[in-house]
Amino acid sequence: MQYQATAGVHTYQFKDLKEVLAKATPARSGDYLAGVAAETYAERMAARLCLADIPLKHILDTPIIPYESDEVTRLIVDSHDAQAFATISHLTVGDFRDWLLLDSTDSATLTRVAPGVTPEMAAAVSKLMRNQDLILVAKKCQITTAFRNTIGLAGRLSVRLQPNHPTDDARGIAASMLDGLLYGSGDAVIGINPATDSIPALMDLYHLVDEVISQYAIPTQSCVLTHVTNQIQVMEKGAPVDLVFQSIAGSEKANHSFGINLGILKEAYEAALSLKRGTVGHNVMYFETGQGSALSANANFGVDQQTIETRAYAVARHFKPLLSNTVVGFIGPEYLYDGKQIIRAGLEDHFCGKLLGLPLGCDVCYTNHAEADQDDMDTLMTLLATAGITFIMGIPGADDIMLNYQTTSFHDALYLRKVLGLKPAPEFEQWLMQMNIMDAQGRVQPVTGQHAMLQNMPRHLLVAA
Amino acid sequence: MSDALSPDPWQQLRRHTRARIALGRVGSSLPTKEVLDFGLAHAMARDAVHLPLDVAKLATQIEAQGLPTVQVHSRAADRHSYLLRPDQGRRLSADSLQTLQASMAAPVDLLVVVGDGLSSLAVERHVPPLLEQLVQRLPEHWTLGPVVIAGQARVAIADEIAVTLKARMVVMLIGERPGLSSPDSLGIYLTYAPTLACSDADRNCISNVRPEGLDYAAAAHKLLWLAREAVRLKVSGVALKDESDMKEVAGSLQIK
Repeated sequence: MQYQATAGVHTYQFKDLKEVLAKATPARSGDYLAGVAAETYAERMAARLCLADIPLKHILDTPIIPYESDEVTRLIVDSHDAQAFATISHLTVGDFRDWLLLDSTDSATLTRVAPGVTPEMAAAVSKLMRNQDLILVAKKCQITTAFRNTIGLAGRLSVRLQPNHPTDDARGIAASMLDGLLYGSGDAVIGINPATDSIPALMDLYHLVDEVISQYAIPTQSCVLTHVTNQIQVMEKGAPVDLVFQSIAGSEKANHSFGINLGILKEAYEAALSLKRGTVGHNVMYFETGQGSALSANANFGVDQQTIETRAYAVARHFKPLLSNTVVGFIGPEYLYDGKQIIRAGLEDHFCGKLLGLPLGCDVCYTNHAEADQDDMDTLMTLLATAGITFIMGIPGADDIMLNYQTTSFHDALYLRKVLGLKPAPEFEQWLMQMNIMDAQGRVQPVTGQHAMLQNMPRHLLVAA
Repeated sequence: MSDALSPDPWQQLRRHTRARIALGRVGSSLPTKEVLDFGLAHAMARDAVHLPLDVAKLATQIEAQGLPTVQVHSRAADRHSYLLRPDQGRRLSADSLQTLQASMAAPVDLLVVVGDGLSSLAVERHVPPLLEQLVQRLPEHWTLGPVVIAGQARVAIADEIAVTLKARMVVMLIGERPGLSSPDSLGIYLTYAPTLACSDADRNCISNVRPEGLDYAAAAHKLLWLAREAVRLKVSGVALKDESDMKEVAGSLQIK
């Protein structure tokens, strides 16, 4: 196939599909760093014009990383559902955008088609979509998962409570957990990023969260975000593991740099399933991804960072996760330079993830060396919540004192729920009402020193300092 | 304090963590005081990223401890290119490479490189006292080369410096990316038998070095424990597990 298009008086030639995809991508620093970005505005538009005419069938038949050398490509090709694809198999990328926006393309249709959509198709069409298109179509995608509560129902917004502490101090973690729960956060997961990777210390963290969840009978799940091989070890030792976490990326080589492959993920997935700790469902995985991770591992193969990010979603969906989180502004300005780039990337990731059938949440975040601030986060979280984001992060005051970056807070989640009329997961909502933390209208309630959770603090907070 | 504020009756828990808990609320939003506190902390962190390292002052302080210094610069010409082009921050400028080649003496056991990284504040505050603790604890027979101070530096520039100076092991002391509550956190990276092909998986990392985090004595202790083990096992990085008695080593090279 010839890849070319005329923009103005000039005809642009592209040597292969991945070059068209890369050059059609909205400008971002990571693609310049990789040397794959369009050199002019006109070249970018030419690439989009070219992309619009490429049939989806051609994308399916043209792996951008070779099948023989990459297990992620093999997963994408081998698990493709031709029957689901039949509805859209006659479309070009441009037609696909139009089809997605049709009123007749409803939630049920999108659910049915999802297994027929490959990551490259999702990424391709997103490059032709404006921000409002990404929001409108993502909003139509309905992805529901369950463990001890039900995540992703219409009109709901869940929150991962992230009670990190720089030295994993049990009292510090318990204090942040209590703070978040009293602000109505924690229905997606209570997930700790540990500072340690020592197995005994990790076991302590699992028991800490598990005791708090049991003590207050909270319909939620826990997770400790350590390497998957550590989680396999702690499961063997009998730790109360609800969700298994892993960072994943869109190529076999990038995953190798994370110390994982599909076999290791499968082993962990099966181990977690065998514990049967879910009550209303059995989605046991929690994944994190982020644009730039493949390039930072020198494992991008000339593919633009958004397309290869989307390939990570194929890995994620294979393991039927409860949650999948794009950590959008975390790696730094060499990948997403400023608020504008972070906002665009967040909307793309959410759209692509949802189109592929993933329960996508977003760590709406930035680092202090990026040209971004909390106003940009307000904008992105409001857009994502409008688009039906499955969950966001909740960190005390949006300031993660362990990972040194800024994200979203318990207050932010309350703002979104208030402005957009969103509610927590239903089981968790009931619990919040029983505990007098939230009323039936979703308003957070005044808490006095006599509140049950303060009178009956987690044991970890009562241990003498 | 305005009447609109609903304070949180769990203030006492703040003694357990520096996390921003029990902030109170107005409606369900942050009180003005907290919005301003956050804004101020962000301003300090932003300034820390852009504050240039006072190399001359640092060199004087290090030399006062009896350690010679050499000054080099990465290929990143300024902070803007440093932020956008990490590859340039990982390599020596042509001039600096010549300077180092000219200063080449006998191979050393442990080479110390100091890089500004993302917080010159961390370097200015913590490198001199940390070096003092390190030198005190250094095994007697180990040779220490000149302390190389590198401008617009990323961690991996230490590999090229070490290769040029034929060092058996290299330690990079570098300003970590500033957090809101910690604009001055220092990171330590140890690489055994460094080469230009080394990756992050070949290094051991000790992070959050500062009096409010891991203090100088503990950091020096941990570093030398790892360095001795690296010599014994002839390896560093993921193959060298930290079993010194503390557990604050940040292990993750991953997304989060």
